[in-house]
Amino acid sequence: MLGVIVRRLALLPLILLGVATLTFVIVAISPFDPIRAYVGAETPISAEGREEIARAWGLDQSEPERMIRWAGRLLQGDLGHSTMLEGRPVSEALLERAGPTLVLIGTSLALVLVGGLIAGVLAAAFRDSWFDWLVRSVSHFNIAAPSFWVALMALYIFSVQLNWLPAAGTTDLRGEGGTGIDLKHLILPAVTLAITQQAWFTMYIRNTLLEVMREDYVQYATAQGIGRTALLLRHALPNALIPFVTLIGVNMGEIIGGSILIETVFAWPGLGTLTRDAALSADLPLLIAITIIGAFFVIMGNLFADVSYRVLDPRIRETGA
Amino acid sequence: MTAPTTTASTSGWRSRWRWAIPRRVPFAAGISGSLLVIILFIVATADIIRPIDTYTVDFAAALQSPSLSSPMGTDELGRDIMTRVFHGLRVSLFVSLMASVVALVLGGAIGLAAGALGGKVDSVLMRFLDVFASQNHLLFGIVLAVLFRPALGPMGAILLAVGLTHWTQMARIVRGELLSLRERQFVGAAINGGAGRWRLAWRHYLPHLLPAMGLGFVLLFPHAIFHESALSFLGVGLPPHQASLGNLLADSRSLILVGAWWAALFPGLMLLLTSLAIGTLGEYWRDRHNPRWRSELEL
Repeated sequence: MLGVIVRRLALLPLILLGVATLTFVIVAISPFDPIRAYVGAETPISAEGREEIARAWGLDQSEPERMIRWAGRLLQGDLGHSTMLEGRPVSEALLERAGPTLVLIGTSLALVLVGGLIAGVLAAAFRDSWFDWLVRSVSHFNIAAPSFWVALMALYIFSVQLNWLPAAGTTDLRGEGGTGIDLKHLILPAVTLAITQQAWFTMYIRNTLLEVMREDYVQYATAQGIGRTALLLRHALPNALIPFVTLIGVNMGEIIGGSILIETVFAWPGLGTLTRDAALSADLPLLIAITIIGAFFVIMGNLFADVSYRVLDPRIRETGA
Repeated sequence: MTAPTTTASTSGWRSRWRWAIPRRVPFAAGISGSLLVIILFIVATADIIRPIDTYTVDFAAALQSPSLSSPMGTDELGRDIMTRVFHGLRVSLFVSLMASVVALVLGGAIGLAAGALGGKVDSVLMRFLDVFASQNHLLFGIVLAVLFRPALGPMGAILLAVGLTHWTQMARIVRGELLSLRERQFVGAAINGGAGRWRLAWRHYLPHLLPAMGLGFVLLFPHAIFHESALSFLGVGLPPHQASLGNLLADSRSLILVGAWWAALFPGLMLLLTSLAIGTLGEYWRDRHNPRWRSELEL
């Protein structure tokens, strides 16, 4: 049990090294010209000026040398300097924007957990009823609907038409709210992000519950005369919860991708809008740092899924490891 | 059975086309199939049914809500949104199709190599695949699009961005199928019969892999459509003047704030219906053909 976790953790730096190498190699073989992107496509630049920038950025060294230097700085937590933000350290910019994104993702995950749990259990309890049908239809719709489109429509309905909720930002700049995050501003982005993630969780809960209900021990409990509600909540649900927890880890990538798009729609000043701005101004150091951090969270999510599965399910604990 | 002549003629028609018509088509698959036919018709005849130039500007007709002459309304420059949606759908479908082909070829080749050569090659390729698979699709796609945009142009960059982030699933499917194929008797017979490595791959492996690859391709397609439009929505996809579904949605944010809901509703609906139709048909095919694939193809 502990051995598996340790082994997986030992592999982690190797995969991260692989991710960093892959990113570096792709940048190196791509025809992208960072100096041209920095000065702008139309601006003329002299050969001396070009050399000066190349020297300042260390572009005049050979590629393996650059790779080693870059990886060394990465290990020290130095993610380079952003070109878009006039040479500000990337790590500083990331830390500044991480807060709003964490709040957004955390809130929507909580919504997904609670909402998915309730909807999934009810759909399984009243199988083939109109409620079940509704939950399944909505879930299918949510899987296929592009997240940013759902966000745009929500923006129109609740912000433009009904004028209930603010359209953008984290706080009302006119009010005395300061620079914190206003709950009213959080509702739309968090709920739309939750909607895009809801379907997987709800359907998983519903289907696993129905599957578990066919197991022997549930049949045994039924034979003993236990009520329907107690059966569902006390016997079936704990076992259906195991994949539920691991799904958060597996869906980490989807959640990160969804937050970029949703933040863009609602002008939420987090990492998502930072990513978009960096992409639009071709700010490579910033983009690469965000990508590597994104990969880190995907890997950690998978690890978390694996470990939590083993911790929560004694059957795997005994046979595995 | 006192069958009148009319039913006899339909059964004659049925027997001739029996190979093409499954006995019972589920409701959802039937709807999706019809929807897909309509979408393909729109894409094929966009120039005829909505021949107005995509870039026609008419300020007198700016921001009109849906009407008979323009059923999806007009944008801030007075351009007909239905025209832009139909032409954008064509662009989006074409780009996603090509990106899926890139993923299919790349994933197919790597999966085939890993599965057929085995041993060291297999483990090296699989670690390579693991590294690729742990990249976030959207983030890595953005980086690729930014890197290759100046050299390959927006279209080439987006093909690469979507193709390079989606091939891993295909490679896993092909490798998995191949590993179970290698244990089959006819493969051993072919080897004993003196078939070389290339002949084995081409004549014996590939034909058996095609159904799984085809299905993987179909299930990949809706993902490619979503990622193409997401990249365009973020501004690193197709150029802004080109009507693609993602660009239309990107433009619609500012229009929505002035109350023009139609600018966002219709492009998004088209995107939703297209991916829903293709996805549903793909799942129907999977369940009909081989339910075992269900677990492997959960994209």
